[in-house]
Amino acid sequence: MHAFANPARFLKIARPATAWLLGIGLALAAAGIAGALFVIPPDYLQGETVRILPVHVSTAWLGMAGWGAIAAASISQIVWRHPLAAIAGRAVAVPGATFAGLCLATGSIWGRPTWGTWWEWDGRLTSMLILFFLYLGYIGLAAAERERGGEGRMAALFGLVGAVNLPIIHYSVLWWRTLHQGQSISIAGGSTIAPELLWPLPLTMIGFTALFAAIALMRMRTELARMKLEARLRRSAAE
Amino acid sequence: MNQWSFVLAAYGVVIIATLILLLASWRAMLGAEAAAAGTRR
Repeated sequence: MHAFANPARFLKIARPATAWLLGIGLALAAAGIAGALFVIPPDYLQGETVRILPVHVSTAWLGMAGWGAIAAASISQIVWRHPLAAIAGRAVAVPGATFAGLCLATGSIWGRPTWGTWWEWDGRLTSMLILFFLYLGYIGLAAAERERGGEGRMAALFGLVGAVNLPIIHYSVLWWRTLHQGQSISIAGGSTIAPELLWPLPLTMIGFTALFAAIALMRMRTELARMKLEARLRRSAAE
Repeated sequence: MNQWSFVLAAYGVVIIATLILLLASWRAMLGAEAAAAGTRR
């Protein structure tokens, strides 16, 4: 981790990585979306709406993984005072909030024809909505701290405390009787969804994850460039 | 109720939001890096 503490070393890796992640992400996401829309058959029960599954699960994963990244950056900042940790946390927050919001939107769109309602205050939906609001709080707090010239430690603490919501989201379908279905997909096998419906999911998940990482790297590069510019302007003003 | 309208709405909102986020981040990065390089002495 500390090998990347030097922004110049980080940028040397981040520049080619951004292009690679963009290319791989666009190709895999496009293949997964094409598979979901045009190749897989309709489900015997849900009909055509089962095609929403790959994009809904991918956005849910990224909404949660984004906060996981914020929590990891927060630990790195609080414990090791890693110089890029606060920048990484801020860079992940906006795409994380976007994908958490997209998870809620696609879930709502899927819920209307499947459950007969756009929204239900059940454990999974409510805990995901709380995650979305946590993102908004983190974005506001981190921006305010940065504006005041702070190190972002309050935002890091908020990021760490907010991680408590992640297991609540994951286990909500087990802890409470909810309208949302229980766990039906397992990496270790034993998924209750037919493989012919499921194969676009890994493509969209990896594709959107690569795009998320590319966006986060671009936002980190933006902030590093702005910091560099601000430092130069301060030096020129002092001379 | 046409199920395809829900499917297309779900994909439409995700694709449009992702592309907006990508393009906004790309433009902001190019602008910031050009501005930082422009002040180099």
